Amino acid sequence: MSHAVSIAQYIEHHLTHLAYNVKTSQWQDDGSFWVINVDSLFVAWVLGFSFLFLFRYVAKRVTSGTPGKGQNVVETLLDFVSGMVKESFHGECAVLAPLALTIFCWVFLMNFMDLLPIDLLPRLFGSVGIDHFKIVPTADPNITFGLSISVFLLIIFYNFKVKGGFGVLKESLTFPFGPWLFPINLMFRCVEELVKPFSLSLRLFGNMFAGELIFVLVAAMLPWWSQWMPAGAWAIFHILIITIQAFIFMMLTIVYLTMAHEQH
Amino acid sequence: MNLNLTLFGQMITFAVFVWFTMKYVWPPMMKALADRQKKIAEGIAAAEKSQRDLELAEQKVAEMLKESRQTAAQIIDAANKRAEALVEEAKDLARTEAQRILAHAEQEVNQSVIQAKEVLSSHVGQLVIMTAEKVLRQSIDIEKHHNLIAEAIKEI
Repeated sequence: MSHAVSIAQYIEHHLTHLAYNVKTSQWQDDGSFWVINVDSLFVAWVLGFSFLFLFRYVAKRVTSGTPGKGQNVVETLLDFVSGMVKESFHGECAVLAPLALTIFCWVFLMNFMDLLPIDLLPRLFGSVGIDHFKIVPTADPNITFGLSISVFLLIIFYNFKVKGGFGVLKESLTFPFGPWLFPINLMFRCVEELVKPFSLSLRLFGNMFAGELIFVLVAAMLPWWSQWMPAGAWAIFHILIITIQAFIFMMLTIVYLTMAHEQH
Repeated sequence: MNLNLTLFGQMITFAVFVWFTMKYVWPPMMKALADRQKKIAEGIAAAEKSQRDLELAEQKVAEMLKESRQTAAQIIDAANKRAEALVEEAKDLARTEAQRILAHAEQEVNQSVIQAKEVLSSHVGQLVIMTAEKVLRQSIDIEKHHNLIAEAIKEI
């Protein structure tokens, strides 16, 4: 970090998205709704397409005989995810397991971007004239809410699909306190459902944003020769966090969708 | 840090990714896993079956071995008995043969004795005649005294 840039500027630089306003056609984040965080979406796409490409590549050459190295890795992942799904969900649902797999792999990869050196990609993009680039998509609430709201829509969809409109209404009015306290029941149900997307996305976003911020702070505040120690320790700890956060997002999705399928 | 259009971009992307995984990744992989599970189950079943077959074969071999041991013992017994019988037979044969030879020899000896007696008696007759001639100083008319001589010989 050069001394020409102040600490505050450095930190702010690292917290600014590469944004494009669709309405005004300008590369500027003016706080309006019509802005796209190009960096978040770009990294998310690159990571998503790369793991989907890898999976498709393996799935096309899949053999029930002796598996190769790639197939081994993918199979282990699939086995792990389908085991998690089967453990809690005991019904027929073609979407749930692939959904859980996609969430786990994608969120893990997006979280993993946090472990890249904090200045590496911004410098690289900076050298070709792109002055802002946030590398961790899951430290952007748009990305985490995008995931959790999709899951939320699926929860609502399956609630109505399994129980029917009347079933959902009946369940909302009579559970958990019986029909005489139906206003309270309904309120409980609404809060319970609405909390789900927030709990999913804010947990992930909070962890990743805080994790990134600590790397930024280490890089901003400490002399260069001592940064390796706190940043290294945090990175090692962060390996655990990114895996756990990806796992929790997947697990909660499974649990929520299982609850949507269950009749009270 | 605001919620903006990125949210919808992400939601659409997510839907497409899940659809892709659901359609093109999950089914073929799961099918392969199920197939392999089946294959392994079949392999284990086959291994168990051949294990059972092996045990059966071992039992059979043991039975056959036992049977053939018994048969062998029977054969040896029979052979021993036969050998004993043969020895007995040979002994009997030898005994009868010896008796035959003995009888034959006895007969021959008896014949020889009779012959010798005859020869001896004729010699004795002559000697008697000669002695009598000498005693009587005259020849004996054989025809005259034939009866006498014959009586004498008989008495010898």
